[in-house]
Formats: sequence, structure tokens, C-alpha cells
Amino acid sequence: MAVCVRQSRKSIINHVKAKMGLLGLTCLSSSMPSLNNDHRTLSAASLAKDFRNQNSVLENKPTLYRTRRFDSTKPHQRSGVQSNVASSQFLDFPGGKVAFTSEMRFISESPKERIPCYRVLDDDGQLIEGGINVGKEIAVKMYSDMATLQTMDTIFYDAQRQGRISFYLTTIGEEAINIASAAALTIDDFVVPQYREPGVLLWRGFTLEQFANQCFSNRGDDCRGRQMPIHYGSKKLNYLTVASTIASQLPHAVGVAYSLKMDGKDACAVTYFGDGGSSEGDFHAALNFAAVTEAPVLFICRNNGWAISTPTSDQFRSDGIVVRGEAYGVRSIRVDGNDTLALYSAVRAAREMAICEQRPILIEAMTYRVGHHSTSDDSTKYRPVDEIELWRSARDPITRFRKWIESNGWWSSEAESELRSNVRKQLLDAIQVAERTEKPPLVDMFTDVYDAVPSNLSEQEKWLRETIKIHPKDYPSDFPL
Amino acid sequence: MATIFQGLRGGAAVALTNSIDSKKLLSRSTSRSLSERKVSFPVVRSDGSVNLNPGGSNARARRVDQLITNAVATKADSSAASSTSKPGHELLLFEALREGLEEEMDRDPHVCVMGEDVGHYGGSYKVTRGLADKYGDLRVLDTPIAENSFTGMGIGAAMTGLRPIIEGMNMGFLLLAFNQISNNCGMLHYTSGGQFTIPVVIRGPGGVGRQLGAEHSQRLESYFQSIPGIQMVACSTPYNAKGLMKAAIRSENPVILFEHVLLYNLKERIPDEEYICNLEEAEMVRPGEHVTILTYSRMRYHVMQAAKTLVNKGYDPEVIDIRSLKPFDLHMIGNSVKKTHRVLIVEECMRTGGIGASLTAAITENFHDYLDAPIVCLSSQDVPTPYAGTLEEWTVVQPAQIVTAVEQLCQ
Repeated sequence: MAVCVRQSRKSIINHVKAKMGLLGLTCLSSSMPSLNNDHRTLSAASLAKDFRNQNSVLENKPTLYRTRRFDSTKPHQRSGVQSNVASSQFLDFPGGKVAFTSEMRFISESPKERIPCYRVLDDDGQLIEGGINVGKEIAVKMYSDMATLQTMDTIFYDAQRQGRISFYLTTIGEEAINIASAAALTIDDFVVPQYREPGVLLWRGFTLEQFANQCFSNRGDDCRGRQMPIHYGSKKLNYLTVASTIASQLPHAVGVAYSLKMDGKDACAVTYFGDGGSSEGDFHAALNFAAVTEAPVLFICRNNGWAISTPTSDQFRSDGIVVRGEAYGVRSIRVDGNDTLALYSAVRAAREMAICEQRPILIEAMTYRVGHHSTSDDSTKYRPVDEIELWRSARDPITRFRKWIESNGWWSSEAESELRSNVRKQLLDAIQVAERTEKPPLVDMFTDVYDAVPSNLSEQEKWLRETIKIHPKDYPSDFPL
Repeated sequence: MATIFQGLRGGAAVALTNSIDSKKLLSRSTSRSLSERKVSFPVVRSDGSVNLNPGGSNARARRVDQLITNAVATKADSSAASSTSKPGHELLLFEALREGLEEEMDRDPHVCVMGEDVGHYGGSYKVTRGLADKYGDLRVLDTPIAENSFTGMGIGAAMTGLRPIIEGMNMGFLLLAFNQISNNCGMLHYTSGGQFTIPVVIRGPGGVGRQLGAEHSQRLESYFQSIPGIQMVACSTPYNAKGLMKAAIRSENPVILFEHVLLYNLKERIPDEEYICNLEEAEMVRPGEHVTILTYSRMRYHVMQAAKTLVNKGYDPEVIDIRSLKPFDLHMIGNSVKKTHRVLIVEECMRTGGIGASLTAAITENFHDYLDAPIVCLSSQDVPTPYAGTLEEWTVVQPAQIVTAVEQLCQ
């Protein structure tokens, strides 16, 4: 007779603790902080203190068997085999000691309570408590960039609607995730984006002209006219070119982290993905790999509730994405994605941990996709308009943060209108210029497929040029050859 | 940590060789198919003579008649000649691969290996044996079982300065990595506007083995040949295995190196000096006059076996191991076609959509006027590889079929 008992996480721990005695108690509580529902103990300062001391980490090593491999590129000494002491209480299975229990108990498929969400600013932009102190300069830059991103999205979206660009994808509602996370990183941290993170580029210095050039696919485009709009990329700013494939960038991020680890750099890889992307096989493998290879990578999930028209209830049945971290052995946290300060604090702390301890961290940022999936989508078809409006106005992350900086005396409505009108003008100018700029020349179709143009591609280019010469009317007259 | 050759499009090869002690390195290269590359170091021709001015057009003409005396002759002699007075050293193909790998890992600290069981286990075919002990766990990385993931990881690492060699335990498993290979590996250099290079090597054993079952007998070169942005090479002897491995690692493009499960224990004497083989070149195995036989990988040996019979019957076949599956070395192939006017392609791929099918199309398009007879292509049937020994044998092209085909072609 099967016994299915719904148990909260806490009582499972207590049960195991009782069996394992004091040693087990110490190991469990210190190695699984995410299980501790009291988030006040996880302030950034205390975390940084605990985990900067590598030795203390090793002493508090959980009873799970774990070799400290992947430490270096030097030949290593194999660590000694663990003792063969069998006890009536637990047995050495491959993978480590496991305690026995004579009670048949199934772990519940869902917890009694969902993992709570870390938040520092309330709905009115008032500081609740905690969080890292953010100075005026950073706070104002964060706000300006969020407002710029919002304006950019509005104007480019309209440009698409007017037929000036073929496609666009907005970040409305997720500006805080973009900018706050970018602000918490350094320029050396390599970003591997999905596609809804242009704010990170904006923070790092990508100009509005560069954004426009890419969307218009003109001669100034860094991608040389080879990719759809919003597929930005910049080697200089350590931001990998966006690829349309979902979640395929997650293993790339692990590879980047592996590379940084090999070089011993004071930097980590950061990758973003959505709630939908977490269903892809690449997500599971990447998290698993990152944990096994002890790679310094931040996995930031923008759980915005929708994957085009698929709500999260149809995407997965787990408590969001944060609970999956533990399944792979990855430390994780759930954050209010519309709270700029909370995000900033969490990403700062996560980065510290990732680099000092050489481990991956999973951050689930809860938010809402206010805009449509892209210009090819009309989300009013599958979700209520008032829900969209609620998140657009009452829960707008930018307004919330603005209230906070205004309460500090760092911002004003004059500054606001000045910023908005300046950015708007800049954008409109950028679009006008980008629209008129020449498209990339024909030769760019054939370069960069390989490092040097091989003979078969040269031939194909020659054939194409001849064809154009013979049929000039079939090709656009402004097509630069 | 940025990639060394980033941005040096035309001068990539120059920068590479300038960083090598040119006295130590004797390498073969060509400026033929790679019009922008300039060669500035001595080139060892395949007959051993050294050409100090390889960029000239006379070099091009002379190359046609080159014999690779090394590969064929030493293979035939390997049983008789193991005297220590001969130059070079003898080893098996998988050891040659390892030697190439080790030399490159010594030379460049950015080179690393990742794959399943490549570390302490030494690799399923022992190609990476001993490397983990020498270079550490991080540089010879054991990965969990997720081909798409470690291929993706290799791609990510390559974009930030490392030069990974990704091993598929069997080529067939790389089907799981197809998304990463096609959409990312092949494309990201292009779509990023040339900003990010992906100098990975993806290698592994493929082809029909001894009763390994259909899933472990895949010929992935047919599936991958269409992906733009990648290069494909197939090794067949210890000499070219080591040379191609080294060349692939040094290449800035993603290269897929196809090995064959049944060729790992081939023995050959290879030079002690450092050398690399050109990735885009074919190998002249046996020059002849009557018919051009194009083949690669394991089928080369079936062809050579058939060649013995054919020679006894009075035929003079020219055998070329095409080696470079993408792009084809149409220069050597074309010159051969112009000489013999008859072409037989012997491959292990399936009839439909294999390398032979593409090669047939390429030769017909370019050298149609030189052909006296339609091109004959011998391939495996369009069936999953059966397990039973006899059935498996019939699915692969056998020397007898090759002899018959040549006889019919030369009528």
C-alpha cells in the first residue's frame, strides 16, 4: 500500500537530521542555505564573509561524495577513497552515504509554500530593508538607462509598425532585470544573452546609433547585415551575438565559464533565458554541467509568465525555475524581477560567490512580459487586456525605482522630462540616419563563413555578380555591389 | 585571452607561422583554394623535396604529379620493415592521433579536450590516454552525457579564446549536437559579423564497424556536409591522422575530423619531425592512367585491395583519397579526371545524399567535357546497418564490386 504524504521541506530535513545525528545537522544546515526560509540571514555581507574563506567551505562539506577536481590544469593527485565503514544507519552507495528509513514516504511534488521572493523596495518604491547600498551615481545611471531602454523600445516598435524595420522585440516590463543585473556586473563578465536583454548592452555603452544600425541592417551594423533585428552582439563589450535558437546559449555560457576558470580570471559568465527556455534540453544539461565542472556562471531566468502564448502553467509544473537549481546541485535564489535594488544586490552577491567559490548560481527573477512576444505577436489574443495594463502601470519597475530615487532627492520631474525628450530626439535622429545609410555590400554575403573565402564561395560570388549584371532590373537599384 | 588571430582575415596563416620556430616546422600548405592566404615558410612537398617559393604558379603545376610515397609504400612495407635504421617511428593510428593532440596541447595552452570518458578512462578508443594525467582534469575534461551540451560548451569556450577538441564517443551521438553544430558552430562567426571565431575541432569514430548495430554505424558526413561554415576532413592513415589533427587544431574554422572505428589499429611509420597535412587537400595514393577512383577513410583500403587485382588484370587505376570532404579538392580531382576521363567513386555513405552524391554532382558540373563515361558511384544501400555479420558485410562496398565496376567502366 503506497503511502503518499505531503511534507514540507522543513520537516523532511528534521526527519533526516534526527536520523543522522549532530554531524549530519551541521553539514546540512550549512550547505543548503536556500532551504532556510529566513532570508534575513542571507544578507550579502554575511554571505561574502562566510564564503570568502575557502577552508570553511570545505570543512562544512556536505556528506555527499565530491572530489575537488577541475581545479587546475596541472596534473593532480587523486584524493583518497572514502572509508568502507558500513553502518546500520546508512550505506555507501556510489555517489555517497545515504541514510536508511523504514518509512515509505514519497517526497511531495509541490511544496506547502512556494519559495519566497527576495524584495527590498515595496510597490511604492520605499525601502523595506536590507539590500546593498547603492550610491547616487549608479542609481541615477540605472534609472536613466531603464528609461532610455523603455523609450528605445517604444520608438523602434513604432518604426516596425510603420514598416521601417521588419521586426522588433521589446523588453517592456523587464527593464529592471536588464539594467540592474548589468550594473552589478563588471565589463569583464561575459554575457551570453537570449534576446530580451539589450539593456545589458546599453549599460555597457552600446550606442543608440549602433542599435539602430543593427535593426536596419546597414553598413554600420556590427553583424554586417547578416542577422535579424535585435540580434545584437559586441565582442568589445563582452556580449555574445544573439542567436535565435532558444536556450542553446546556456551550454555556451558554461563553456565561457570554463574558459574563464582555466585562465583564473576574476570574472564570470552570465547568461539569461526565459521561463520557456527552461524547458529546453540545453537548460538541464547546462545546469548539470555547470555544477559538475564547478564553472563560475550566473544563470538568470526572466520568469515573465509567458512563452509567446504559453503560460507557465502549461510550461512546467514545478514551483518555477528556482527549485530546479537544487535538483542539479546549483545554489539558487528567487528575486522580485521588478525590484531594481533587490536584483542589484542579488546579482552582486551571486557574482561574488560564483567567482570566489567557482560555482554556478541560478537566479529566478519574477516579472511580467508587458509587451507582446515580438512584433509578430498580438498578446491580447491569449491574455486579458486588464492584466497587461495592471503590470504596465501599477507594477512598472521603472516607476517604482523612480519613486525611490526621487525620495532620495536624486531625481526630479524636470530631469525626467529632459531625459525623455533628449533620448527621444536622439533615437529619432538615429533611426533617420540608419534608414538612409547604405546597406552592406555584396561581398559581405561571402566573407566570414570561414576565416578566408574559399574557392567555391568565390565562384558563387562571381556567378551572382554576373547574374546581376545580366538582369539588373531584377535587383534593387540601391544594392551596393 | 582574446583569440590570437581575431581580425587578421587575410594574414591569419602568416601570423600563425611567424609564431612557430620555422626551423622545426616543415609543413605542407597551398595557396590554391584559399586565395587570401599567403605562405611564407618552406613547404615540404609530398616527395620530400623542399619548395622555398610555394606561392608561385609553377608550384601549382608541379603538385599534380606528386606521389605520397609515405602512406602507401610504408603501409605495404610495414610488416617487412621494422628495422631501426629507417627514419621515423612506427605507431598505430589512434596513437598518431594522440601524438598530434599531445604536440598541440604542449604547443598551445589554450588547447583542451572535452568529451565523455576522455579523462582518466583515456577515451573509448584510447585516443586521449594519458593526457588527463599530464595536463590535469580541467584541460582534459570528462563531461556528463549530453552531446548538445558539451558541444555547446566547446563552442562557448572557443568564442572566448580556448581551442577545444570535442570528442563524440561515436560520431552517431553527435546527431544530438546537430543544433549546436549547425545553428551555432557553423553560423556564429558569420552572424556576429566576424567578431567571434569558433576554432573547435569536433572528432570521433564513425562508419560501419564490426557488428556495432545501426545506431553505432552512422556516416555523419552525409548529414553535416551541407552546413555552411564548417570544414570536414576524414583521416585514413596514421600519417594523415596526425597531420590532419594538428592542422584542424590550428585552423580558425570549426573542423569536423572523421575517424573510422576499424582503422584505429593501423600501423605505419611516420616522420619524427613535426608536420601538418593541409585540410583542403586530397591525397594521391596511387597514380594511374585508366580510371580515377575517388574514395576516403576505410574504403581506401578496399579500393587498394581491388587495385591489386586490377593491376594483375592489366588495368592502371589512379587512386585518390579525397580526405577533404568539405570543400572537395577539385584541383587534384579535376587534374585526375582530365587525365583518365573515367571516374569511380567508392564511399561508405548511403546512396542518397552521401558524399558520393555531392562529389558526382561537383565533378559533372565542372569536368563534364572531360568524361568519357558517366560517373559511377558505389555506396552503401539506403538501409540502417544490419547487425548480422553477413548482412553487414554486404551493406559495405567490397573489393570485388570495385573490380567489376572498373572493368565495366573501362570497356
